[in-house]
Amino acid sequence: MSNSHHRRFNVEFHEDLCKGCGLCVHMCPHHVLVQSERLNRRGFHPAEYVGEGCTGCGICFHTCPEPSGIDVEPHSPTSA
Amino acid sequence: MKEFHRPEALYSTFPRKGGADPEATHYCPGCGHGIIHKLLGEVIDELGVGERTVLISPVGCSVFAYYYFNAGNIQAAHGRAPAVATGVKRARPDSIVISYQGDGDLAAIGGNNILQAANRGENMTVVFVNNAIYGMTGGQLAPTSPLGMKTTTTPEGREFEEYGSPMRVAELLAPLDGVSLSSRHALINAGEIIKTKKALKKAIKYQMEGKGFSLVEILSQCPTGWKVDPVESLHWVEEHMLKVFPLGTYKDEPRQRPTPPHPADYEPALIDRVIHAGTSANGRGKAHEPVRPVTLPLGIRAAGFGGQGILLLGEMLAKAGLAEGLSVTWLPSYGPEMRGGTANCSVVISDTPVGNPIVDQPNLLLALNRPSLERFEPMMQPGGVVIYDSSLIDVGPTRSDLTAIAIPATKIADELGTAKVANVVMLGACMELLAFPSQSERDPLLQSISRDEKMLEANRLALKGGMEAARAAAAPAR
Ligand SMILES: Cc1ncc(C[n+]2csc(CCOP(=O)(O)OP(=O)(O)O)c2C)c(N)n1
Ligand code: SF4
Ligand code: SF4
Ligand code: SF4
Repeated sequence: MSNSHHRRFNVEFHEDLCKGCGLCVHMCPHHVLVQSERLNRRGFHPAEYVGEGCTGCGICFHTCPEPSGIDVEPHSPTSA
Repeated sequence: MKEFHRPEALYSTFPRKGGADPEATHYCPGCGHGIIHKLLGEVIDELGVGERTVLISPVGCSVFAYYYFNAGNIQAAHGRAPAVATGVKRARPDSIVISYQGDGDLAAIGGNNILQAANRGENMTVVFVNNAIYGMTGGQLAPTSPLGMKTTTTPEGREFEEYGSPMRVAELLAPLDGVSLSSRHALINAGEIIKTKKALKKAIKYQMEGKGFSLVEILSQCPTGWKVDPVESLHWVEEHMLKVFPLGTYKDEPRQRPTPPHPADYEPALIDRVIHAGTSANGRGKAHEPVRPVTLPLGIRAAGFGGQGILLLGEMLAKAGLAEGLSVTWLPSYGPEMRGGTANCSVVISDTPVGNPIVDQPNLLLALNRPSLERFEPMMQPGGVVIYDSSLIDVGPTRSDLTAIAIPATKIADELGTAKVANVVMLGACMELLAFPSQSERDPLLQSISRDEKMLEANRLALKGGMEAARAAAAPAR
């Protein structure tokens, strides 16, 4: 992790908007997304980030049909 | 480094949608419409045109695009988005007009609309969402469904013999002289999604530069209609659509288009008046001379039993308006009530052109039977006038904000020897109240009903009887 030459990114899901379509999970070139076992408020298995490996390419953002489904931004040390 | 957030051109919550989930779209999981909305939103942001974008949304699953886009929106009748877009663009050349259409909308019912707009080279952008099916109505065959595809209307699969081959719209439009850009894209992987976005951006740029008509066709997944899960739907596009609908640019020849003549300047209030002649938006119409209880524009409903000559009554009123030099429409109602033995029609008489022939909120009602009065009284504009046949209707209108004028039309007609002329008695009553047409125009009007001397004479007497009755009935009320 520490010797990654990518800048680190954070992909943030708005879990309650997720319809569990799985397109982002399928398209992420680094396979760092999974579909949760949990159900969200709307009864879907929401997508989640495994916590590392995101390069900030934005592909998941563009494949998500929900306008506010996903944000991708540089990882800041203050964010968990 | 780039960050990715919801484009400003899309709202964060969707109060217009309401319901249980005003933050999530109404689209099915994995639907291509959502992805395309986001791409379009980004492009609108990047080009800085959000303030002047007018999206024309179609009939289809994206009919509700205005829930999501923070832009101007007009929702067009099925297939007519290019015509509406033409109007907006010509009236507001500075606007960025995007006609967003599905394949049922654009290629089936709206086939001619898109051809003509493309051929005219309208300076607009068409986003053509080809999901090979009618999504909204539950998965019927579309002009773009591949051969062999099973839909609810082709349960055995599409056959050429019966339905022809899938229609390739990007190829079809490209040769037209008016078309500057025609290309096809898909959402099957990151590369194609980015190409789709670039094409949308190019198309809107061309519009900004006055370079004419662009069509961006996008193969878009409809997991629900195709009955596959969202990830499988991507493979479905590759397997069933790419061969029939090859991706690529079929034309890219931007040309400066001459600006079509700008329509004459208009008064927004006038447009409102033209469109709402028959509705309450016009309660303030000016009085026709001499001052009478009814004002222009007139939104009239005439209603009664079939056989009472209701439609003819309406037609005569319209002709009376014409004789007075006014603009008129006459619209008979051929609703289910035709079978129930009642008849009604809408007549608009106005001193401005009539934009809408349907009278939803009459200011003048001619009721020749009780069910008609009961049906239309609640729809009346406040302050409206009801003329009713008091020989058939014992209790007049109950609303206190209406002026009621009782005319025993059938009785008067009966005394003239034929109850059939009751409609002409009502016509006479109207003419008296409206103070038109002039004396000299009345007889030609009656002659247009019948030139038979006996009939004509009966009609003359009926008209006169109606006028006298109206004078008598209206006098104490004033
Ligand atoms: C004049 C008219 N005819 C028919 C309909 C019914 N109708 C609603 S949506 C639709 C098909 C839309 O299909 P498409 O354009 O492919 O859009 P999608 O829903 O797949 O996005 C039809 C026929 C209508 N609303 N209006
Ligand atoms: S931004 Fe790219 S790498 Fe990061 S999760 Fe999304 S698709 Fe995967
Ligand atoms: S693409 Fe969006 S809606 Fe679909 S699983 Fe991923 S986050 Fe959820
Ligand atoms: S029916 Fe098809 S086009 Fe309509 S919202 Fe669902 S997936 Fe999208």
